[in-house]
Amino acid sequence: MEHSEVIHIEHHQNKNEVRNVTIILSILTIIELVLGFWMMDMKEGSTARLATKITIIVLMLVKAYYIVGYFMHLKHELRNLIMTVAVPMLLFVWFIIAFLYDGNSFRNLRNNYDPHFKEQSTIKKTPTEHKPEHKESGHEEKKEMH
Amino acid sequence: MSTATTTTKWWNGGKSPFNVEYGKAMMWYFLMSDAFTFGAFLISYGTIRFSTNGWPDPNVVFQSYPFKSETSGPAPLVFVSIMTFILIISSVTMVQAVKAGHEMKKNKVVMNLIWTIIGGAAFLGCQAWEWNHLHHEGAWWGHNPFLNSDLTQSSTNFTNYFFTITGFHGFHVFSGVVINIIMLIMTLNNSFEKRGHYLMIEKAGLYWHFVDLVWVFVFTCFYLI
Repeated sequence: MEHSEVIHIEHHQNKNEVRNVTIILSILTIIELVLGFWMMDMKEGSTARLATKITIIVLMLVKAYYIVGYFMHLKHELRNLIMTVAVPMLLFVWFIIAFLYDGNSFRNLRNNYDPHFKEQSTIKKTPTEHKPEHKESGHEEKKEMH
Repeated sequence: MSTATTTTKWWNGGKSPFNVEYGKAMMWYFLMSDAFTFGAFLISYGTIRFSTNGWPDPNVVFQSYPFKSETSGPAPLVFVSIMTFILIISSVTMVQAVKAGHEMKKNKVVMNLIWTIIGGAAFLGCQAWEWNHLHHEGAWWGHNPFLNSDLTQSSTNFTNYFFTITGFHGFHVFSGVVINIIMLIMTLNNSFEKRGHYLMIEKAGLYWHFVDLVWVFVFTCFYLI
Protein backbone atom coordinates (compact mmCIF):
# COMPACT_ATOMS: atom_id res chain seq x y z
CA MET A 1 0.00 0.00 0.00
CA GLU A 2 2.74 2.46 0.86
CA HIS A 3 4.98 2.73 -2.18
CA SER A 4 6.58 6.00 -1.18
CA GLU A 5 8.71 6.57 1.85
CA VAL A 6 7.41 8.88 4.52
CA ILE A 7 10.06 10.77 6.44
CA HIS A 8 9.23 10.89 10.12
CA ILE A 9 9.74 14.38 11.39
CA GLU A 10 9.69 14.70 15.13
CA HIS A 11 7.20 17.26 16.31
CA HIS A 12 6.86 17.92 19.97
CA GLN A 13 3.14 17.84 20.63
CA ASN A 14 1.92 19.74 23.59
CA LYS A 15 0.26 17.23 25.90
CA ASN A 16 -2.50 19.70 26.68
CA GLU A 17 -3.06 20.78 23.08
CA VAL A 18 -6.28 18.80 22.67
CA ARG A 19 -7.68 20.08 25.94
CA ASN A 20 -6.78 23.69 25.15
CA VAL A 21 -8.25 23.59 21.66
CA THR A 22 -11.44 21.99 23.02
CA ILE A 23 -11.78 24.77 25.55
CA ILE A 24 -11.18 27.41 22.87
CA LEU A 25 -13.81 25.86 20.58
CA SER A 26 -16.34 25.66 23.42
CA ILE A 27 -15.76 29.28 24.40
CA LEU A 28 -16.10 30.44 20.78
CA THR A 29 -19.35 28.49 20.42
CA ILE A 30 -20.73 29.99 23.63
CA ILE A 31 -19.82 33.50 22.46
CA GLU A 32 -21.58 32.82 19.15
CA LEU A 33 -24.70 31.65 20.98
CA VAL A 34 -24.68 34.68 23.29
CA LEU A 35 -24.40 36.95 20.25
CA GLY A 36 -27.24 35.01 18.63
CA PHE A 37 -29.45 35.62 21.66
CA TRP A 38 -28.44 39.26 21.84
CA MET A 39 -29.22 39.71 18.18
CA MET A 40 -32.86 38.76 18.76
CA ASP A 41 -33.50 42.11 20.37
CA MET A 42 -31.93 44.07 17.56
CA LYS A 43 -34.12 45.62 14.92
CA GLU A 44 -34.20 43.99 11.49
CA GLY A 45 -31.94 45.75 9.00
CA SER A 46 -30.07 47.71 11.66
CA THR A 47 -26.29 48.14 11.55
CA ALA A 48 -25.99 46.52 14.97
CA ARG A 49 -27.58 43.38 13.59
CA LEU A 50 -25.30 43.35 10.56
CA ALA A 51 -22.20 43.93 12.71
CA THR A 52 -23.22 41.04 14.99
CA LYS A 53 -23.74 38.74 12.01
CA ILE A 54 -20.30 39.61 10.65
CA THR A 55 -18.75 38.94 14.07
CA ILE A 56 -20.47 35.54 14.21
CA ILE A 57 -19.10 34.70 10.76
CA VAL A 58 -15.59 35.70 11.81
CA LEU A 59 -15.89 33.51 14.93
CA MET A 60 -17.06 30.65 12.72
CA LEU A 61 -13.93 31.00 10.56
CA VAL A 62 -11.72 31.04 13.66
CA LYS A 63 -13.38 27.81 14.80
CA ALA A 64 -12.73 26.33 11.36
CA TYR A 65 -9.05 27.27 11.70
CA TYR A 66 -8.77 25.45 15.03
CA ILE A 67 -10.61 22.33 13.88
CA VAL A 68 -8.63 22.03 10.63
CA GLY A 69 -5.32 23.11 12.13
CA TYR A 70 -5.28 21.06 15.32
CA PHE A 71 -7.94 18.36 15.23
CA MET A 72 -7.17 17.50 11.61
CA HIS A 73 -3.51 18.11 12.33
CA LEU A 74 -3.00 20.27 9.24
CA LYS A 75 -0.90 22.83 11.11
CA HIS A 76 1.76 20.20 11.71
CA GLU A 77 1.91 19.02 8.11
CA LEU A 78 4.24 20.13 5.35
CA ARG A 79 3.68 23.57 3.87
CA ASN A 80 2.74 21.95 0.52
CA LEU A 81 -0.23 20.17 2.04
CA ILE A 82 -1.31 23.21 4.02
CA MET A 83 -1.32 25.30 0.84
CA THR A 84 -3.24 22.62 -1.07
CA VAL A 85 -6.06 23.02 1.40
CA ALA A 86 -5.75 26.69 2.33
CA VAL A 87 -5.54 28.30 -1.13
CA PRO A 88 -8.85 26.92 -2.50
CA MET A 89 -10.52 27.78 0.78
CA LEU A 90 -9.33 31.37 0.51
CA LEU A 91 -10.70 31.46 -3.03
CA PHE A 92 -13.95 30.42 -1.38
CA VAL A 93 -14.02 33.73 0.44
CA TRP A 94 -14.09 35.44 -2.96
CA PHE A 95 -16.82 33.01 -4.02
CA ILE A 96 -18.95 33.91 -0.99
CA ILE A 97 -18.56 37.66 -1.34
CA ALA A 98 -19.24 37.59 -5.09
CA PHE A 99 -22.40 35.54 -4.82
CA LEU A 100 -23.86 37.41 -1.88
CA TYR A 101 -23.23 40.65 -3.73
CA ASP A 102 -24.85 39.11 -6.80
CA GLY A 103 -27.87 37.97 -4.83
CA ASN A 104 -28.28 41.40 -3.31
CA SER A 105 -28.03 43.03 -6.73
CA PHE A 106 -30.62 40.61 -8.07
CA ARG A 107 -32.98 41.64 -5.30
CA ASN A 108 -32.49 45.35 -6.02
CA LEU A 109 -33.07 44.82 -9.72
CA ARG A 110 -36.23 42.84 -9.09
CA ASN A 111 -37.55 45.43 -6.68
CA ASN A 112 -36.93 48.15 -9.24
CA TYR A 113 -38.24 46.45 -12.35
CA ASP A 114 -40.68 43.78 -11.16
CA PRO A 115 -43.70 45.45 -9.51
CA HIS A 116 -45.31 42.13 -8.62
CA PHE A 117 -42.18 41.02 -6.76
CA LYS A 118 -42.05 44.24 -4.80
CA GLU A 119 -45.76 44.14 -4.05
CA GLN A 120 -45.45 40.61 -2.66
CA SER A 121 -43.20 41.91 0.05
CA THR A 122 -45.81 44.38 1.25
CA ILE A 123 -48.79 42.04 1.61
CA LYS A 124 -48.93 40.89 5.20
CA LYS A 125 -50.52 37.59 6.04
CA THR A 126 -52.37 37.14 9.29
CA PRO A 127 -50.28 34.95 11.57
CA THR A 128 -52.28 32.26 13.34
CA GLU A 129 -50.95 32.68 16.88
CA HIS A 130 -50.33 36.40 17.29
CA LYS A 131 -52.76 39.24 17.01
CA PRO A 132 -53.26 40.14 13.34
CA GLU A 133 -51.36 43.05 11.86
CA HIS A 134 -52.88 44.90 8.95
CA LYS A 135 -51.50 47.14 6.29
CA GLU A 136 -53.84 49.86 5.04
CA SER A 137 -53.37 49.24 1.32
CA GLY A 138 -52.91 45.86 -0.24
CA HIS A 139 -54.44 43.86 2.58
CA GLU A 140 -55.65 40.60 1.10
CA GLU A 141 -57.01 37.42 2.54
CA LYS A 142 -54.77 34.69 1.14
CA LYS A 143 -55.97 31.14 0.59
CA GLU A 144 -54.55 28.48 2.90
CA MET A 145 -51.32 26.65 2.13
CA HIS A 146 -51.67 22.94 1.52
CA MET B 1 19.20 11.41 2.08
CA SER B 2 19.80 14.55 4.05
CA THR B 3 18.27 14.74 7.48
CA ALA B 4 17.58 18.46 7.32
CA THR B 5 14.13 18.90 5.85
CA THR B 6 14.95 22.28 4.33
CA THR B 7 17.18 20.70 1.68
CA THR B 8 15.02 17.63 1.04
CA LYS B 9 13.96 17.35 -2.58
CA TRP B 10 10.30 16.54 -2.19
CA TRP B 11 9.38 16.20 -5.83
CA ASN B 12 12.22 14.00 -7.05
CA GLY B 13 10.34 10.78 -6.52
CA GLY B 14 10.73 7.95 -4.08
CA LYS B 15 8.82 9.70 -1.36
CA SER B 16 5.49 11.39 -0.84
CA PRO B 17 5.79 15.10 -1.69
CA PHE B 18 3.40 15.92 1.13
CA ASN B 19 5.21 13.59 3.50
CA VAL B 20 2.02 11.69 4.21
CA GLU B 21 0.99 8.28 3.03
CA TYR B 22 -1.01 8.03 -0.16
CA GLY B 23 -4.32 7.26 1.54
CA LYS B 24 -4.08 10.30 3.76
CA ALA B 25 -3.30 12.65 0.86
CA MET B 26 -6.24 11.21 -1.06
CA MET B 27 -8.52 11.67 1.93
CA TRP B 28 -7.55 15.34 2.01
CA TYR B 29 -8.33 15.64 -1.70
CA PHE B 30 -11.70 13.97 -1.19
CA LEU B 31 -12.49 16.30 1.70
CA MET B 32 -11.64 19.30 -0.50
CA SER B 33 -14.11 18.08 -3.13
CA ASP B 34 -16.76 17.54 -0.47
CA ALA B 35 -16.05 21.00 0.89
CA PHE B 36 -16.74 22.43 -2.57
CA THR B 37 -20.06 20.60 -2.70
CA PHE B 38 -21.19 21.81 0.71
CA GLY B 39 -19.82 25.25 -0.01
CA ALA B 40 -21.78 25.42 -3.24
CA PHE B 41 -24.97 24.43 -1.40
CA LEU B 42 -24.46 26.99 1.35
CA ILE B 43 -23.45 29.79 -1.00
CA SER B 44 -26.46 29.16 -3.23
CA TYR B 45 -28.57 29.31 -0.05
CA GLY B 46 -27.01 32.65 0.79
CA THR B 47 -27.56 33.98 -2.71
CA ILE B 48 -31.24 33.01 -2.75
CA ARG B 49 -31.74 34.44 0.73
CA PHE B 50 -30.06 37.69 -0.28
CA SER B 51 -32.17 37.91 -3.43
CA THR B 52 -35.43 37.63 -1.46
CA ASN B 53 -37.12 40.45 0.37
CA GLY B 54 -38.34 38.46 3.33
CA TRP B 55 -37.18 35.30 5.11
CA PRO B 56 -38.50 33.35 8.14
CA ASP B 57 -36.94 34.19 11.47
CA PRO B 58 -34.98 31.11 12.61
CA ASN B 59 -35.64 31.99 16.24
CA VAL B 60 -39.35 31.59 15.56
CA VAL B 61 -39.06 28.43 13.44
CA PHE B 62 -36.53 26.50 15.53
CA GLN B 63 -37.72 27.04 19.08
CA SER B 64 -38.53 23.63 20.47
CA TYR B 65 -36.80 20.66 22.02
CA PRO B 66 -37.81 17.10 22.94
CA PHE B 67 -40.36 16.79 25.79
CA LYS B 68 -40.97 20.53 25.80
CA SER B 69 -44.33 21.38 27.27
CA GLU B 70 -46.89 23.24 25.19
CA THR B 71 -47.26 26.00 27.74
CA SER B 72 -43.63 27.04 28.15
CA GLY B 73 -42.32 29.91 26.04
CA PRO B 74 -40.21 29.53 22.90
CA ALA B 75 -36.65 28.30 23.46
CA PRO B 76 -34.66 29.21 20.37
CA LEU B 77 -31.09 27.96 19.92
CA VAL B 78 -31.30 25.56 22.88
CA PHE B 79 -31.66 22.30 21.02
CA VAL B 80 -29.24 23.16 18.24
CA SER B 81 -26.60 24.20 20.80
CA ILE B 82 -26.87 20.77 22.39
CA MET B 83 -26.43 19.18 18.95
CA THR B 84 -23.36 21.33 18.28
CA PHE B 85 -21.71 20.41 21.56
CA ILE B 86 -22.42 16.71 21.03
CA LEU B 87 -20.63 16.84 17.69
CA ILE B 88 -17.69 18.86 19.02
CA ILE B 89 -17.18 16.44 21.92
CA SER B 90 -17.37 13.48 19.54
CA SER B 91 -14.63 15.19 17.51
CA VAL B 92 -12.52 15.47 20.67
CA THR B 93 -12.94 11.76 21.43
CA MET B 94 -11.93 11.02 17.84
CA VAL B 95 -8.75 13.07 18.31
CA GLN B 96 -8.06 10.99 21.43
CA ALA B 97 -8.63 7.80 19.44
CA VAL B 98 -6.11 8.89 16.81
CA LYS B 99 -3.59 9.84 19.49
CA ALA B 100 -4.04 6.48 21.19
CA GLY B 101 -3.45 4.88 17.79
CA HIS B 102 -0.10 6.65 17.50
CA GLU B 103 0.82 5.21 20.90
CA MET B 104 -0.41 1.74 19.80
CA LYS B 105 -2.76 1.59 22.79
CA LYS B 106 -5.53 -0.62 21.46
CA ASN B 107 -7.92 -0.40 24.42
CA LYS B 108 -7.80 3.39 24.49
CA VAL B 109 -8.55 3.47 20.75
CA VAL B 110 -11.55 1.21 21.33
CA MET B 111 -12.94 3.33 24.17
CA ASN B 112 -12.63 6.58 22.27
CA LEU B 113 -14.08 5.12 19.08
CA ILE B 114 -17.09 3.92 21.08
CA TRP B 115 -17.65 7.39 22.51
CA THR B 116 -17.33 8.93 19.04
CA ILE B 117 -19.90 6.49 17.64
CA ILE B 118 -22.28 7.24 20.51
CA GLY B 119 -21.86 10.99 19.89
CA GLY B 120 -22.55 10.59 16.19
CA ALA B 121 -25.61 8.44 16.81
CA ALA B 122 -26.90 10.94 19.38
CA PHE B 123 -26.50 13.77 16.87
CA LEU B 124 -28.42 11.78 14.25
CA GLY B 125 -31.18 11.12 16.77
CA CYS B 126 -31.43 14.83 17.54
CA GLN B 127 -31.54 15.75 13.86
CA ALA B 128 -34.22 13.11 13.26
CA TRP B 129 -36.29 14.61 16.08
CA GLU B 130 -35.89 18.09 14.62
CA TRP B 131 -37.00 16.89 11.18
CA ASN B 132 -39.96 15.04 12.64
CA HIS B 133 -40.99 18.03 14.72
CA LEU B 134 -40.85 20.41 11.77
CA HIS B 135 -42.66 17.93 9.56
CA HIS B 136 -45.48 17.77 12.08
CA GLU B 137 -45.76 21.53 11.83
CA GLY B 138 -46.25 21.16 8.08
CA ALA B 139 -42.73 21.76 6.83
CA TRP B 140 -41.22 19.59 4.09
CA TRP B 141 -39.73 19.89 0.62
CA GLY B 142 -42.27 21.99 -1.24
CA HIS B 143 -44.23 22.95 1.90
CA ASN B 144 -43.44 25.95 4.05
CA PRO B 145 -45.95 26.75 6.81
CA PHE B 146 -43.87 29.59 8.25
CA LEU B 147 -44.25 33.27 7.47
CA ASN B 148 -41.38 35.66 6.86
CA SER B 149 -40.19 37.71 9.78
CA ASP B 150 -42.05 40.71 8.34
CA LEU B 151 -45.22 38.60 8.15
CA THR B 152 -45.25 38.41 4.37
CA GLN B 153 -45.84 35.18 2.48
CA SER B 154 -42.71 33.05 2.51
CA SER B 155 -41.50 30.75 -0.26
CA THR B 156 -40.66 27.06 -0.19
CA ASN B 157 -36.98 27.97 -0.71
CA PHE B 158 -36.63 28.12 3.06
CA THR B 159 -37.72 24.55 3.78
CA ASN B 160 -36.21 23.16 0.57
CA TYR B 161 -32.77 24.45 1.50
CA PHE B 162 -33.09 23.50 5.15
CA PHE B 163 -34.03 19.88 4.52
CA THR B 164 -31.64 19.43 1.60
CA ILE B 165 -28.56 20.81 3.33
CA THR B 166 -29.19 19.32 6.78
CA GLY B 167 -30.17 16.07 5.06
CA PHE B 168 -26.96 15.98 3.03
CA HIS B 169 -24.98 16.72 6.18
CA GLY B 170 -26.92 14.11 8.16
CA PHE B 171 -26.09 11.59 5.45
CA HIS B 172 -22.42 12.40 5.98
CA VAL B 173 -22.79 11.94 9.74
CA PHE B 174 -24.48 8.60 9.12
CA SER B 175 -21.74 7.38 6.78
CA GLY B 176 -19.17 8.64 9.29
CA VAL B 177 -20.79 6.60 12.05
CA VAL B 178 -20.77 3.53 9.77
CA ILE B 179 -17.08 4.07 8.97
CA ASN B 180 -16.28 4.47 12.67
CA ILE B 181 -18.13 1.24 13.47
CA ILE B 182 -16.05 -0.53 10.83
CA MET B 183 -12.92 1.01 12.37
CA LEU B 184 -14.02 -0.27 15.78
CA ILE B 185 -14.54 -3.79 14.47
CA MET B 186 -11.17 -3.75 12.73
CA THR B 187 -9.49 -2.53 15.90
CA LEU B 188 -11.14 -5.23 17.99
CA ASN B 189 -10.03 -7.84 15.45
CA ASN B 190 -6.41 -6.66 15.85
CA SER B 191 -6.16 -5.66 12.18
CA PHE B 192 -4.16 -2.58 13.10
CA GLU B 193 -2.00 -4.35 15.63
CA LYS B 194 -1.04 -6.77 12.85
CA ARG B 195 -0.32 -3.91 10.45
CA GLY B 196 1.78 -2.15 13.03
CA HIS B 197 0.05 1.18 12.61
CA TYR B 198 -3.31 2.83 13.14
CA LEU B 199 -3.13 5.09 10.10
CA MET B 200 -6.62 4.02 8.96
CA ILE B 201 -8.07 5.51 12.16
CA GLU B 202 -6.33 8.75 11.32
CA LYS B 203 -8.03 8.89 7.93
CA ALA B 204 -11.41 8.11 9.46
CA GLY B 205 -10.63 10.87 11.95
CA LEU B 206 -10.10 13.37 9.15
CA TYR B 207 -13.51 12.49 7.72
CA TRP B 208 -15.17 12.83 11.11
CA HIS B 209 -13.63 16.24 11.79
CA PHE B 210 -14.76 17.37 8.36
CA VAL B 211 -18.32 16.36 9.25
CA ASP B 212 -18.05 18.41 12.46
CA LEU B 213 -16.62 21.36 10.53
CA VAL B 214 -19.48 21.35 8.03
CA TRP B 215 -21.95 21.36 10.92
CA VAL B 216 -20.25 24.49 12.32
CA PHE B 217 -20.97 26.22 9.01
CA VAL B 218 -24.51 24.84 8.57
CA PHE B 219 -25.47 25.71 12.14
CA THR B 220 -24.19 29.27 11.74
CA CYS B 221 -25.90 29.88 8.38
CA PHE B 222 -29.31 28.42 9.21
CA TYR B 223 -29.74 29.08 12.91
CA LEU B 224 -27.60 32.03 13.88
CA ILE B 225 -27.43 34.62 11.12
